[in-house]
Amino acid sequence: MNFTINGQSVEVEADIRSSLLDLLRNSLGFTGTKKGCDQGACGACTVLVDGERINSCLALAVQYQGRSITTVEGLGSDGALHPLQQAFVEHDGFQCGYCTPGQLCSAVGMAREIERNIPSVVTADMSADSIAIDGTELRERMSGNLCRCGAYNGIVEAIAETLDRMQEGTRA
Amino acid sequence: MNPFSYERAADAAAAIGLAKGNAAARYLGGGTNLVDLMRETVERPEMLVDVTGLPNGIEPRADGGLLIGAAATNTALAADAHVRTHYPLLSRAILAGASAQIRNMATVGGNILQRTRCRYFYDTAAACNKREPGAGCDARDGFNRYHAILGASPACVATHPSDMCVALAALDATVHLDGPAGARSITLADLHRLPGDRPDIETELKPGELIAAVELPPLPFARRSTYRKVRDRATYAFALVSVAAALDLAEDGTVRDVRLALGGVAHKPWRASAAEAALKGRPANPESFRAAAEAELAAAAGLRDNAFKIELAKRTIVAVLRDLTGDEA
Repeated sequence: MNFTINGQSVEVEADIRSSLLDLLRNSLGFTGTKKGCDQGACGACTVLVDGERINSCLALAVQYQGRSITTVEGLGSDGALHPLQQAFVEHDGFQCGYCTPGQLCSAVGMAREIERNIPSVVTADMSADSIAIDGTELRERMSGNLCRCGAYNGIVEAIAETLDRMQEGTRA
Repeated sequence: MNPFSYERAADAAAAIGLAKGNAAARYLGGGTNLVDLMRETVERPEMLVDVTGLPNGIEPRADGGLLIGAAATNTALAADAHVRTHYPLLSRAILAGASAQIRNMATVGGNILQRTRCRYFYDTAAACNKREPGAGCDARDGFNRYHAILGASPACVATHPSDMCVALAALDATVHLDGPAGARSITLADLHRLPGDRPDIETELKPGELIAAVELPPLPFARRSTYRKVRDRATYAFALVSVAAALDLAEDGTVRDVRLALGGVAHKPWRASAAEAALKGRPANPESFRAAAEAELAAAAGLRDNAFKIELAKRTIVAVLRDLTGDEA
């Protein structure tokens, strides 16, 4: 099977039954992506496929051949943390850290969804041209990522700050 | 998970050709339900035909309706500008389901054909007439908080878990099928079956048939529509009860037309026809809404853990209709 993972082309032999999660972790060594529930309930396995967040535990790897996959290892570069990673450090956005790679990838995917004006169930006006992202929106949009340590306040602060900086950057 | 062969179909004809005559073949959409069921060995397909490459367009029709390719993702449909303006209940229903990650993967066709989340169906050590006809039903006397209060049978009390389908039922959606014997269409309301004595037969699909598209007829008053989902936590949980509704008020404050459908209450998305009939021509006030809800739930029956859903469904119907009349419930 062929994939582009964090910008690199890879070719790997894998069991047809492999999930994308197991392929990443066991066959390719991208162990940043975590296995929590393995049934789409916790979000620890979240990765980006062509920029969209998905649960890699529910994805058959064979179905994603030829696609561009970004894992937590691909967010930062050359030892430099991604701004979101830096914000998680500064706001104590984790305790044990197990859910963190999924939280990070999910938040990056969420930012792109906001850019594309994709609504959430708490969006008041479905037909609005832009959606203000307050705490309620952010929590709803991140609700596919559980944190059993309960670091949610820090997670929300880190993501909110990073989104604000991104929007300032867009306006500047 | 048992081994299987995998084929990616370029179009519907290729998909149907690949699966033809193979009872152990399954069409694969986003996989969010099927892959999970395969891991639990509830589903044991020998061939997967990937249909995510089939048409996924979302296109307005000349008559004012909408044609939705079955391979459209749940996110794409919920975010579509036409849907958000003309059928907001559909956007809200989809967005009330699952998580963003799952909605990005899941297809419209797959959402319609997802299986029940009854835990006894999932647990291969439990008795389940749906998984193994004649085996019995451990849900009937088990943990049945999430189970059916309408249309259930001695054989099965499972519910259909989709939110999207509740909105589609309210909108009179038509499902376009394709298969070895050719193309045909069926209303969404007729696609899913009540369990009866064969809960293993969940839809009217014939062997080898697939869902090609979903068509929404025009419904101008659906601009005034919504979806409310009541669940055990604020988000990312299946419905205890949900209500999709669209309301058309006459100038004298009576109900000119109304669409109502319920989720979380039956083996299929439940079109609340009795409530609709009770509402038409009546004043749009809480008394009429309550009477309509009573009419719809008159035949409801509770089990050990879910009898509360009968009253919950009534109150949710009233609350949603009050919401649509601008009356803060």
